[in-house]
Parts: sequence; structure tokens; C-alpha cells
Amino acid sequence: MTTFLLRRLGHGLFVLLAMALLVFIAVYAIGNPVDLLVDPQADAADRARAIHALGLDQSLPRQFVAYLGHALRGDLGNSFVYGTPALSLIMERLPATLELAGTALFVAILAGLPLGLWAGTRQGPIRQIIDGLSLLGFSLPTFWSGLLLILIFAVTLGWLPPGGRGETHVLYGISLSIFTPDGWRHLILPASTLALFNTALLVRLVTRGTADGLTQEYARYAKARGLPPGQVLTGHVLPNILIPVITVLGLEFGSTIAFAVVTETLFGWPGMGKLLIDAIGTLDRPVIVAYLLVTTTLFVTINLGVDLLYMILDPRVRLGNSHG
Amino acid sequence: MAMMPAKFLRTAFNTLAVLSFVLLSVLHAGQVRAATLVIGLAADVSSLDPHFLNVASNVAMSSHFFDTLVTTDADGKLIPALAESWRTLSPTVWEFKLRKDVKFQDGSPLTADDVVFSLERPATILNSPGPFTPYVKQIVSRQIMDAHTLRLTTAQPYGPLLLDLSSIFIVSKKAAQGKTTEDFNTGRALIGTGPFRFVKFQRGERIEAVRNEYYWGPRPVWDKVTFRILTAEPARLAALLSGQVDLIEGAPPADLPRLRKDARFRLEQRPSWRTLFLQLDHARDASPDITDNNGKPLGRNPLKDLRVRRALSKAIQRQALTERTLEGLGIPAANLVAPGILGHNDNLRPEAYDPEGARRLLAEAGWPNGFGLTLHGPNNRYINDDQILQTIAQFFSRIGIKTRVETLPLSVYFGRLRNADFSIGLLGWGSLAGDVAAKTLVGTPDPAIGWGSWNWGRYSNPRVDGLIRDALATTDPSRRRRLAQAADTAALEDLAMIPLHHEIATWAMRRNLRYPPRIDEFTFAWQVRPE
Repeated sequence: MTTFLLRRLGHGLFVLLAMALLVFIAVYAIGNPVDLLVDPQADAADRARAIHALGLDQSLPRQFVAYLGHALRGDLGNSFVYGTPALSLIMERLPATLELAGTALFVAILAGLPLGLWAGTRQGPIRQIIDGLSLLGFSLPTFWSGLLLILIFAVTLGWLPPGGRGETHVLYGISLSIFTPDGWRHLILPASTLALFNTALLVRLVTRGTADGLTQEYARYAKARGLPPGQVLTGHVLPNILIPVITVLGLEFGSTIAFAVVTETLFGWPGMGKLLIDAIGTLDRPVIVAYLLVTTTLFVTINLGVDLLYMILDPRVRLGNSHG
Repeated sequence: MAMMPAKFLRTAFNTLAVLSFVLLSVLHAGQVRAATLVIGLAADVSSLDPHFLNVASNVAMSSHFFDTLVTTDADGKLIPALAESWRTLSPTVWEFKLRKDVKFQDGSPLTADDVVFSLERPATILNSPGPFTPYVKQIVSRQIMDAHTLRLTTAQPYGPLLLDLSSIFIVSKKAAQGKTTEDFNTGRALIGTGPFRFVKFQRGERIEAVRNEYYWGPRPVWDKVTFRILTAEPARLAALLSGQVDLIEGAPPADLPRLRKDARFRLEQRPSWRTLFLQLDHARDASPDITDNNGKPLGRNPLKDLRVRRALSKAIQRQALTERTLEGLGIPAANLVAPGILGHNDNLRPEAYDPEGARRLLAEAGWPNGFGLTLHGPNNRYINDDQILQTIAQFFSRIGIKTRVETLPLSVYFGRLRNADFSIGLLGWGSLAGDVAAKTLVGTPDPAIGWGSWNWGRYSNPRVDGLIRDALATTDPSRRRRLAQAADTAALEDLAMIPLHHEIATWAMRRNLRYPPRIDEFTFAWQVRPE
């Protein structure tokens, strides 16, 4: 177990380092923010002063080594454009993104799991309709489905606000909007948009798994024992299909956070995805690198969490040992 | 173990029931609208420190909290603000009289001390990629005569001083001394004389302000103003359509016909200060994007020949470009700066569309069969920028120049353009002075003095340089106007660049609001009025 955790930590650190280096080189190759932002009236002295103050006059390896040195001490640098620490800019917005992605995932589970289970027990047209709808669900681009939801629920019906984040409530120093009615009013549309893909995916996954599971011997045996169909489903079939579901959800939670970029931009949701888009536009390297480091860390942690969940769900899995 | 998911499901269903109840009650909660104004902004505000980063969105926001000595009206004309009057004592010494009735938002009076502090502060901010130092570096000494009189001395006679000063916000020395940019973002150091007082800054989301009761100008009609950051066009439009915001800047061009038909909304439009033109490679013999008709590098640069430049200009049907490609959001341009701006020459007419003449000129210049060309431009910066280049490529192809188009994201494009990676690049430029714009765009490049910083094509014309230099060194406004006009006209007659059009800026708002559209495209809450 400890070896497993240590090995995972090693992998994680390597991924972080590689990511930082790649982004560093990429942004360096595009250009520097001073050329993008400096006033045209600025003379060579103004420009040189700004470039020097931001440390951009150093060679790339030097900049990278200096950056790593600071990063080891927990300092991910100041944003060029905001003039404040990049990490705190991201942490300021992380709750908004996690809240959005978390709600989206929750919605996906709430809708996808029961729907999939139900569809899995059905044959014929109902199953085909649900299949077709789920296919549609994950073929629709987020951008388009988000616009559609805005158009229907905000612009035409006027029930919900078309964007922005609602009133927030501070809990343990983190401001979250899921505790206020106004917060939910703002959260519903973007979270539903973001949930669409995962719901569809989950429905398909669970439908197949259930249909398959019901034909297995353990299910037939349970039925033969006289258990009611509902209990066969939730008590026997569901636990058996949870492993692939959790694997996919774990992976998807990561990409939901990453894909939130589009949804956040569309709904003006002040999460870190929107910060990243703005930072790329202005070549604000400290923010870009810090964002990727934070999301990579999230990915690594989520995957670790998924592996640990396996262990709980399936006693046969023993991490760190080779097993057949 | 096996029961856990079942239990989980039951809990989930219970939660769902509670949740749907909450949602229903939420849906029925109506929206309360107080006597406030909500504005949808098109670009993010990165900082509230008025001396940190010189980008339009930050400057526009700072204008609500701070004033400048001199400011510009909706047409870009200089008008008094904190300085009620000024005069030149000699070509290098300017005397400013401050208004005596001005109080900061904390109730303390404005004095010359605050002004001097504010003029010196930009140089103390080191970590900015876009500092305000270019606007104060001409000033070599600042002399306080009395609490409301100030003398500024420039190194050389310097015409654009007032314009430069219109970019420097005056902060309270008492509040800002020793304070950091972050202190402005939290509001602690954010004490100005402007029409609104800071309430809240949620980065990337919203900024809230209330009326400054000490304001020296006309009392703003709004008790409270909220600025929402809505950088995505659909988000901005949806916010307006659903009544979440009262006014948006940068109304999406594609949706204007629809907004125009909707009786709930009003559009305000005017030509903006932004002129679009094609910049050309004037210097190199082997220009990167120019080939012969078979796509082989040419080794000779036809753009160096005025006849070829004239042919390109004549090939463009500007009327069609503005009416169709831009859907009316532009007017054909013959000038470097927008109409009404110092240096604009009313006598210049947009080049007439004349493909026959263009072909003749090409033949005369030795290119009867044309050549191959690639046009470069951004794809997310100007109104329909991608389509503009496609249209121009078709115009050029009609006179026998095989033209292709390549567009890039802004952050990549600007870097490569200034690195002279292209032969022809699309650029838009907003300026309130023709001589300053000319210095940057067509002045012979000299990084040491900041000349030609965007003249990547290395256009160089001693006569134009001389006229720009004279204009910049002239403090008499009407004489400077004539010189700036002469400088710009000389560069345009030589087709240092090919002017295309002036953009038209659009604001959309609730029908019962009015906004006098500004040439600089800024959105100022105190100028929005209920009808």
C-alpha cells in the first residue's frame, strides 16, 4: 500500500515537471507579454525595464530553473497581467470550478444511473429511444447545448439567469454558491450543460452493464431465490457494474474540470477555465503554468482516489501487488 | 457491502426530492430591481490599480473611480477635468490650475501634492508588462507653486503632453503612499475623485460601485452601478436579452439586425477611433509571403514600388467591403486616424475602386501577370477580421495577384507581425493624435527613442519623419494640427500603408436608456442616462 502510494506520488511529480517544462517552452516560443501589452509610445528603455522586471530577459533554461526553485518553496510566481500571485488567482477561482464540475457530476449520476438501470431492464423501443437520446447527448457540442439552454430558459422563458455566479456563502474560508437559492438559480444551467455529456455516457454504460449483468448466472440465481427484481438490480447487478462506472466517472471528473472552460466562458462563470483562456490571450505564463500544475495535481489525486475506491468496492483488488 | 449502493441510491433519491423542492422555490423567486445600473463589459479588468497595466478595460474602469488633469470628450477632444485651465509659459513649461472644489472620496481636498505624487507613481511600479511610464517620461520636473497651481517642465517642446496627461489618473497621496497594487484591488488604497466609489471587486466576475457624494462634476443619476465581466459575445447578448444587464458594450455584430428589430432595446453607434489598414513590407527584397505565379520565392519585392501599392489600393472596393463584409459596421477610410481626430485630413477621399487602372499600374511596374501573395491577419480581434482578408484576397485576385489568406490568434499574430514575419499584415489602430500614431506606424524605427515601434515593414521617409518631429514638438494646437495633417497626408500619398476603413462601435441597451457613444469605445456609467 505504502509502496503503491509512493510510486503514485513519484509518477505525479514527474508528470508535473514535464507539464511545467512543456508549457514553459510553448509560451516562450509564442512570445512575451510585454510586446503584446506595452504602449506603442514606449521606447526601448521602457520595454527593457518591463522585460527585466518580469525576468523575461533571462535565457529559457535560467528562467525555468529559477521558476522551479521558487515553485519548490511554494511560490508559483506573480501573474504578469494581474500583478498578484498566480496561485492565489487560481485558488480564488478553484471553488467555483469544482462547484460547477461537482454539481455536474452529481446531476449526471442522479440522472444517468437510474435511467441506465431502468433502460437496462427494458427491451425494444424504450431501450432504443434512450439509446438514441444518449447518443445525441454526447454528440452535441457543449457550446451549442449551452446556448440552447440559455435561449430557452433564460432568454425566452426568463426563468433562470443566463450567466454569472449567484450569491455566495463562505464556508471554511471558501465561497460557495450551492448554499443559497440565488446560487442555485445561477448554477442550474451551466451545471446541466456540463452534465449532459456525462449523463449520456453514464446511461449508455449502465444500460449495457445492466442488460449484460441480468443475463449472468448470479442474477439468474438471485431471481431464482425469489428476490424481487428491484433488489436483484440494486443489490446484485449494480455493485458489479460500479467498477467500470467509477473508473469512467473518475476520468470524466478530470475532463469535466478541463472542459468546464467552454461552459464557463459561455455562462460567464468565474472559474479557473475562464482565467486560463484570458491568460493564454495575454501570454500570462505564470497563470498558465500554475493552472496546469493545479489541474494536473487534481487529475493525479482523482485517479488515486479511484484506485482506492476500487479497493473498497472490490475486495479482490489489492493495490501494489501483482494479481491476475 | 452489497447493500451499500442500494442505501446510497435511496439517499440520492431523497436528496433529489429535497433538491427539486429547492429548485422550484428558486424558480419562483422574482428578481428585484433597485434603481441601479448593470453594465456588461466585453473585456476583463485585471487590476484596479490605475497605474498598473495600461489596457483599455482597466483604464475604462479606473475612470469611474479616478479623474485625470485633462480628459477627452466623446469625440476625442481634450477638455478640462481636475485642471480647470492651463497655459504654456515657454515651449517646455506648462502651468496647470487645479479646480479648488475637488474632494477625494474620503473627504480630503485635492492638492498639487496629490498630482505630483500621481505623476511619479507609474515609475515606481516595476512588474507591469504595460506600464504607464511612456506618458510621464517627457516630464523632467514637477513644481508645486501653491496648493492648486502646478508647473510641469518637459525635456523638449512636446505637443502631446495634454493627451499623455489624460492617461494618468490622480490618486490620493495619503491613501496610496507605500501601497501596493493589491491594496487597490481590495479597495484599501482606492481613493479617487471620480464619480463613483468602490464597493467590491470580484476578479473576473463583477465590480460594484456606488455614487461618490463628494463628486465635483454633475451628480451621477445612479445610486449603484454593477459591472459584469462578460467576455463571450453570446453571454453578453443573453444577459441583455434576459434583462440581467441594462447595457452592453461591444454588441455582437451578427446579432445587430435582430436587436434593431426588438422594441425593447436601443442601439447607439458611431465611428470609433480604430482605423484598419494593411501594413506592407517596404524594406526587404526577399519578402516572406511573396512568390512568383508558381509559388517559388521571388527575391524581388514588388511592394517597394509605389505603382504596385497604388494598384493594390485601387483594387479594393471599400464601399462593398464596409457594406457587405462588415455589414455596415465600418466607413471607408482615406486617413490614418478617425474623422475629427487631430491630424485627420477631410480633403482626402477613399481610393476609388478601379480594377482596370490597377491592372495598368501593375503592368507598368513590370508585373503584367501579377505575382503570388499571402495576406496575414488576426482572427479574433477586429469586426469580421477574417472575412475582411478573404474579401481583399478576392479583390487582389481580380487584378491578377494570386492571393491567399492566413489568420492567426491575436497573441500569436501580434508577436509574429512585429517580428516582420509577414509581407502584408492587417492592423487596426486607435489613436487620438495623428502625429503620435504616425510616429509609431510610419516613423523610421528607432527603439532608443520609441519611434516606429509598430513599423515592422520599415517604411522610412525623411520628409514624413521631419513633419512628425515638427508636429510633436509644437505646443500650439492649431499649428500642430496642420503639421500632423501634413505628416499623415505625406505618408498616405506614398501609401506607407493601405487604409481600409474606420470601425463603427456599437452599444446595446434597454430602450429607456441613452448613452452618447464615445470614439474611444469606453463605457462610462455616469454618462448613461434614463430617458
